Amino acid sequence: MSTEVIEKVEVKKETEALFSKKRKSLVSNPMDSDNPITIQVLGICSALAVTIALQGTLIMAFAVMFVVMMANVVISALRNTIPNRIRIIVQLVVVATLVATVDQTLRAFAYEQSKALSVFVGLIITNCIVMGRLEAFAMGNKPWDSLLDGFGNSLGYAWIIIAIAFVRELLGAGKLLGFQVLDKAWYTANGFFATPAAACIILGVIIWILRARSGYVED
Amino acid sequence: MSKLNRNSNGYIFGYAILLTLVCGTLLAFVSEGLKEKQKAAILVEKQKFILRAGLGATSLNGLTDPMITELYNQVVKVETINSKGESVEADEAKLSIFKEYKKPAAERTLPVYVVGKKDNPSEVESFVLPTYGNGLWDNIWAYVAIDGDAETIEGIVFDHKGETPGLGARITDAEIQERFVGKKLAYEASSINAPDFQKGEGNNFDNEPQKVDGMSGATITGTGVNAMLDAYMTLYQPYLVTKKK
Repeated sequence: MSTEVIEKVEVKKETEALFSKKRKSLVSNPMDSDNPITIQVLGICSALAVTIALQGTLIMAFAVMFVVMMANVVISALRNTIPNRIRIIVQLVVVATLVATVDQTLRAFAYEQSKALSVFVGLIITNCIVMGRLEAFAMGNKPWDSLLDGFGNSLGYAWIIIAIAFVRELLGAGKLLGFQVLDKAWYTANGFFATPAAACIILGVIIWILRARSGYVED
Repeated sequence: MSKLNRNSNGYIFGYAILLTLVCGTLLAFVSEGLKEKQKAAILVEKQKFILRAGLGATSLNGLTDPMITELYNQVVKVETINSKGESVEADEAKLSIFKEYKKPAAERTLPVYVVGKKDNPSEVESFVLPTYGNGLWDNIWAYVAIDGDAETIEGIVFDHKGETPGLGARITDAEIQERFVGKKLAYEASSINAPDFQKGEGNNFDNEPQKVDGMSGATITGTGVNAMLDAYMTLYQPYLVTKKK
């Protein structure tokens, strides 16, 4: 994983533009060339588990976006006060608080979906993307940069799981967002796509395509 | 900040305690603030289950939560009975099927949801009977709607805690639940034989009112469903007999 330390370069120069080129790349890189799932292969577990239907996946994607962005900002704001020896614990407590808040909110406002997502909302705590960004970026950069980094990385995660869910719901149930789009008369739902194994294969294909395009190879 | 030794034990302890306090307080507020909303969500879910069983799987399509509660209040009458079929005093809102399930069968208090017709609530559309039992991994439960003649299953809604996704968890699919519609209860002297999931899947049991096409790969969940339905229909037998035409 790349560790970006941008802050050291800018020693109190003139204020950087809110959306400078460098900052734009914080958001755009994780979408493709530094995607947390396809390049760093993080957050796979939930990508396999929650992608059976689009609706739940969208909620999961928003939940992860909220948690990654907020955790990045909070940890970045606290970064100069956090004792180095307990920094992982501090990160965990902040992430856990955010995740518990999301979980409780879902239970109150989207009860059926929160039941369908079951433990996987709680498991955002252990999603490697969250901790990965905190360690690699938020601990060394300013809050605004961290927010953009969190946004980019969670969006990079989100578009992949949404793509997987799209294929799985379409082929596994003939539906999209719960609406029948492939007529039952000629399309028999392929139960295989309802299983996590199918997600693994679709994910593999997406990684293959993206890496073939960018020419990325593991060192 | 500069004088503070951020690696001293005192600082670390202080930091940890402060952080715990802040996060703990925050979570306490979140939890308390959302409690009522969560309770309401659970209640609406129960109402959905009862109406979906009692009025048909598609009866709630396009309805919002407040509309569902309104419909529920219009058409559903709650009775509480004991295992002899006698009416007993009990607060249905506080009655937990799970807690009752843990009591010996004869001591259970059972709620019966009498669902009236949509256009004429005073006429009985179906009796919705909650049931509870064990699946493969954890508990399963169902709301079984028996129509006005107390014999034919009009609808059924299953839910579960932890059945295998794609296998046993399929009991929550509308397609599986539809397989019970139109099946019949067989009355015996002091029990009821409910329709059973059969082994294998893809068989046609249209003309066999006691047999239901099974779920392949979910035999143990299916057996659990069968045992649950037989046990609970037998409990409801004295009540259902009085409604039989």
